[in-house]
Amino acid sequence: MPLRRPRSGDTVDGFALGRALHEGGMSSIFEVTHPEHPFPLLMKLPHLEGGDAAQIVSFEMEQMILPRLTGPHVPRFVAAAGFDVQPYLAMERIPGPSLLLRLRELPLPVQEVATIGAKVAVALAALHRQRVSHLDVKPANILFRPTPDGLRGDAVLVDFGLSHHGRLPDLIEEEFRIPYGTAPYMAPEQALGQRSEPRSDLFALGVLLYQFTTGQLPFGDPQHLSAVRKRLWRDPVPPRRLRPDCPPWLQEVILRCLEVDPARRQPSAAQLAFDLRNPEAVRLTPRAEKRRRDGWLKVLERRVNTDRSPRQGRAAATAHAAPIVAVAVDLREQTLPLAEALRASVGNVLHTLPGARVACLNVLLDRYVAGDSPHDQKGRSTRVQRLVELRHWAEPLGIEEGRITFHILEGSSAAAPLLEYAEANGVDHIVMGARANSMLRTVLGSVSGEVAARAPCSVTVVRAREVAP
Amino acid sequence: MIAILSDIHANREALSACLNHADTAGATRFVFLGDIVGYGADPAWCLRTVMDRIAHGAVAILGNHDQAVFQRGARMNGRAGAAMEWTRSQLSPDAGEFLKTLPLEYADEDRLFVHADASSPGEWRYVTGPLEARRSFEGTPARVTICGHVHVPRLFGLTAAEKCSAFIPTPGMPVPLSRPRRWLAVVGAVGQPRDGNPAAGYALLDPETTEMRWMRVPYDVEAAAAKIRRAGLPESLATRLFTGS
Repeated sequence: MPLRRPRSGDTVDGFALGRALHEGGMSSIFEVTHPEHPFPLLMKLPHLEGGDAAQIVSFEMEQMILPRLTGPHVPRFVAAAGFDVQPYLAMERIPGPSLLLRLRELPLPVQEVATIGAKVAVALAALHRQRVSHLDVKPANILFRPTPDGLRGDAVLVDFGLSHHGRLPDLIEEEFRIPYGTAPYMAPEQALGQRSEPRSDLFALGVLLYQFTTGQLPFGDPQHLSAVRKRLWRDPVPPRRLRPDCPPWLQEVILRCLEVDPARRQPSAAQLAFDLRNPEAVRLTPRAEKRRRDGWLKVLERRVNTDRSPRQGRAAATAHAAPIVAVAVDLREQTLPLAEALRASVGNVLHTLPGARVACLNVLLDRYVAGDSPHDQKGRSTRVQRLVELRHWAEPLGIEEGRITFHILEGSSAAAPLLEYAEANGVDHIVMGARANSMLRTVLGSVSGEVAARAPCSVTVVRAREVAP
Repeated sequence: MIAILSDIHANREALSACLNHADTAGATRFVFLGDIVGYGADPAWCLRTVMDRIAHGAVAILGNHDQAVFQRGARMNGRAGAAMEWTRSQLSPDAGEFLKTLPLEYADEDRLFVHADASSPGEWRYVTGPLEARRSFEGTPARVTICGHVHVPRLFGLTAAEKCSAFIPTPGMPVPLSRPRRWLAVVGAVGQPRDGNPAAGYALLDPETTEMRWMRVPYDVEAAAAKIRRAGLPESLATRLFTGS
C-alpha cells in the first residue's frame, strides 16, 4: 500500500500521471499517458485510507464491468489493478465537457433536447444489449465523442460504479441495503432497492429530458430517501405547463419515461430513441394533453397502493424482448402469396414479442421521380400514394397505432436506403420478401441477398412456396 | 488454465466430453474434486482415466462416494447405498488402495480445493446456501474455496462487511473472483447434474486473471443411462440424467 496519495508527476504501472481532473475525498482522476496507448487516457485511483465501503465497492464494480463493455458508447478499457498494491482503472479519456455544462443554458430548444435525448437513448440501447443497466444516468455521466467537423458525435456513458451486469454478481446489492444512485434522477424501483431493471435508465433519461425542456427537475433534489420515494405516488408538473411551446409529442415521450411502473415506460431504449427521432410517429395519449398534476384523490390512492405498483416488475424489456422490426415492402412486384407470407412472418414476431414495434419501409427509387425535386407536386404525390399503399398493405396485420410506423425511403437502389435506415434507427430485425425468379432478379441482382449480407442485424427473407403446376 | 471436475459419478460419457472440452479450451492443469465413482455404470474406466491424468500432473481429492468404496458402514441413502454395493463389485482391491491415498483437501496459493464444506471436509456437509457458505468461509483462511458435492453450480461471495451473497453463474460467462473479496465457488457435477440442466458441468479457472467460468457440455445421456439400466442399478439413477434432477 502506498505511503502517500499518487500525484501529478508520479508513475503508476507505466502510466505517467498528468493533470488532476478530479481530486475528491474518496478518489482522484488524472489525465495519464502511456507509450503503448497513443490516445487520450485517464486513470481513476480510489483512496484507500479511511476508505468508504461504498466507494470501494463501486470501484470494484466498475473494474468488473468496464473491461466487458465494447462499442463507441463507452470509454475504452485500457488497464486495471486490484487492491494488492495501488488499485487503479485506466481508460480512454473522452475530450470535452459532460452535459453538466449545459445546465447553465436551460431550457434548450426542443430540437436539441430531442437530438441529445436520442443520442443518449442510442448509447443506453447499446449498453442494455450488453446486459448492463447503468443506474446512474445524469448529465455529469454523459459525454460526446468529438467528430472531425466539430459537431457532437456519439454519446458516451461514463462511470459504471453503480451499474448492474445481468450475468455478474452484483456487489452493490450484496453489500448495501440502502439504494445507491443520484436522487433527482433515480427511478422509483431503484429507490425501493431493485437493481436489475434496464428501464430504470429510461426513467433517469426522462428526468434529464424534462430538465432540459423546462429548466426544472421533475421531482426536485430530495436530500433523504424518504423524499425520493415520493415519486412513487406524486406525478410531476406536466412539462407543457412550465413550457407552453413544448410540443405534445415531447411531453408524451417524457411523461412515458417517467411512468412509475417500468412496464408502462417505452419498452426499450432503442424504441425511445426511435420516438425522439420520429416525433411524427409518436402515438399521443392523454399524457400529451395533460396540463396539471393529478388530483389529491388519485395521488392518495397511489400512495395507499404503492407496494402494488412498480415492484412486481413484469419481465424486463431489452432489445431481445422488444425489438424494432423493419419490414421492407416492395409494392410494385409483390405477388399476393408473397404479401401474405410477409405479413404472416411479421405477425409471428409481433405475436411472440408483444413489446416489438414495426417500421414499414418502402423504397422510392430515384428513377420514379426522375428530374423532379422531391418537394415538387409530382414527387410529393408519389410519396403520398406510396404511404397510402403501405398502410393498406399493413392493414390486415391489425397492429394498433403506435406500434407501427410507415416510412418512404429514397435512393437509386433498394438495398442501400434499407441498410442505412436499419443502421440509423437501431433496427434489430429486417423482414423482407425475396424477388421472384424472374428476369428482373437476373438483371438487377437480389436486393434481399445484398441486405442479408450487409445488414447490422438479423434478416429474414420470406419466399412464398411455389405451388406445383 | 485450471480445469476443475467434480462429481463424475462413474459417468464415462460425461467425463470424456468434459475432458475433451477442457483440453480444447486450453486447460493445462486438472483438479478432480472427488466422487469419481458411485451412481454411474463406469466406475473402473473413470477411475483409470483420473489415475492416468494424475500420472500427468493432475490432482485429485477424496469425495464421500470414493471413501465409501473402502470404508464400509458410511451413511448413504438407499439408491446411493445400492449403487455403492454394485460399484465395489466392479472395482479391484487396488482401486480401494488408490482411493485411500487421496487427500481431503488441496491448497494451492490462495485457493483451497475440497469436495464439500471446507470447515470440516470429512463430514461431507453440503454448501447449499449463504448460511452453509458462511460456515465454510469461517473454517478456512483460503481466499477462494472451490468445492463440489451439491451438483448445482453456485458462487458465494463474502463482502467486506462480512455479508454472504449467492449468485447463479451463467454458463461460459467469466466471473472475476477479485481481491480482496473472498469467494466460495461450487462447481456443478460432471456426471449427475441436479440444476435442471442435463449437460455435464465443470469449471475453468484462469489463475492469472482469477476469472472462473462454469462450463456446460452436452454428452450422450442415452448411452450413460442405458448402461445404468443394463447394470441393474436403480432406474431413477438413469432417468434423472435426462432431466438433470
